[in-house]
Amino acid sequence: MTLAPPPSSRVQLTDDGKLRHFLSVEHLSRSLLEDMLDTAASFVDVGGRAIKKVPLLRGKTVVNLFFESSTRTRSTFELAAKRLSADVLNLDISKSATSKGETLLDTLRNLEAMAADMFVVRHQDSGAPFFIANEVTPGVAVINAGDGRHAHPTQAMLDMYTIRHYKGGFDGLRVAIVGDVLHSRVARSQIHALNILGAEEVRLIGPRTLLPVAAESLGVTVFNDMAQGLRDVDVVIMLRLQKERMDSAFLPSEAEFFRLYGLNNEKLRHAKPDAIVMHPGPINRGVEIASEVADGPRSVILNQVTFGIAVRMAVMSMAISGQESSQNPEQGEDHGR
Amino acid sequence: MRWNEAEIDARLAAMAEQLADEYGEAPPALVGIQSGGAWVAEALNARLASPAPLGSLDVSFYRDDFDTRGLKRTVKPSDLPFEVDGAHLLLVDDVLMTGRTIRAAMNELFDYGRPASIRLAVLFDIGHRELPIRPDICGETLALPPHQRVELRGPAPLVAEVIEIPVKADE
Repeated sequence: MTLAPPPSSRVQLTDDGKLRHFLSVEHLSRSLLEDMLDTAASFVDVGGRAIKKVPLLRGKTVVNLFFESSTRTRSTFELAAKRLSADVLNLDISKSATSKGETLLDTLRNLEAMAADMFVVRHQDSGAPFFIANEVTPGVAVINAGDGRHAHPTQAMLDMYTIRHYKGGFDGLRVAIVGDVLHSRVARSQIHALNILGAEEVRLIGPRTLLPVAAESLGVTVFNDMAQGLRDVDVVIMLRLQKERMDSAFLPSEAEFFRLYGLNNEKLRHAKPDAIVMHPGPINRGVEIASEVADGPRSVILNQVTFGIAVRMAVMSMAISGQESSQNPEQGEDHGR
Repeated sequence: MRWNEAEIDARLAAMAEQLADEYGEAPPALVGIQSGGAWVAEALNARLASPAPLGSLDVSFYRDDFDTRGLKRTVKPSDLPFEVDGAHLLLVDDVLMTGRTIRAAMNELFDYGRPASIRLAVLFDIGHRELPIRPDICGETLALPPHQRVELRGPAPLVAEVIEIPVKADE
């Protein structure tokens, strides 16, 4: 099954432009993305207090619907939902219903019958979360937690949060995305987000076999040489090299890849002295990143994980809020005290 | 009805006096509710003999109207730069009406710790209470009809005025 995303992602927004599903960063406005980052900032503080929980989504049910397994993304979504006081149901579909022959739509209808308020969907097929968002009962929010090679919008937004946290903003920033861009839904979402938020330049660095054809049409500059590509960048984003790619002749060997594109201190010195190093995880030490960099002073990889919870809390509360407001369209300004 | 800077100032001065009477030598930590309450807390603090610890609360994650109104975020996250456990707190807001914001603020405070006491100071009390909440310190008490509210503008200068709000057909 391959599902193409609809030409427009309007399904994500209410009639008055509020987020009600979060499926892709593409086509969203700069002000909406900034609002998301600002909301996340408020949630970062919640993680630092004695009771790391707010009652915002009390009584709501969030279903983590993972057709493709992922421990980290699922746990941060679970923690985010729990910190919002929602009830969470984790379903690892890759191991259950679909393997018994149930269709996606049947799975969905069954879960709706459990009165879920939100589906967090990860699927191996591009566009599956769009399909679900179009089919779901009104009032239920859908969050894309990664679909095929298409998008991973919450990961991109937590990366944007991390960049803004360390660099103050996006004006004048040069950001390099390094490695297997071709197979990376994270990179695709990052490129859209960086362009919407007004980064000066987005560079893709990697071997030709791992960069998309006509990558320039995405609004990026392409480099095949690490030293040239990293020159004077403010942010270096390393991508995970998926080992299964090696079998399909995209690459000669891990060692060869590390020699050319693996980030070590020697290569990092081409970037600005205060450049930060990011990675969506899980990292392959000695394949795309050396331990000296991953554990070094410029690495913010673990901070990304912490911010990821706050960003997912922001996305979840904004989407449920958007759903509520489209269910109660007559609501006025807030004058209650 | 309007209140100019001098008139607001007079009310703040009276509140600072009440505060000194209530607490004597040991002033409480002031916690302003964003955004109007935070302005009032800051202005009150400037009138105290010695400045008190000052914090602010964004209660948007604790409101009870999320289901109908959705997320209403203020500009800044909550900031309480002092230990809440065992502290005497004075919660400060600009306008007290239903009491629901104060309920939300108290719930949030208890997620930071267990304060020794919480009292409430407001610049305006306009009635229409829906919860058993009363101010300990109040700048001015008004009896406004349901279609009117007081709006405080700030942070400097602080001025206020009565505004009309649209009344729903069924009210």
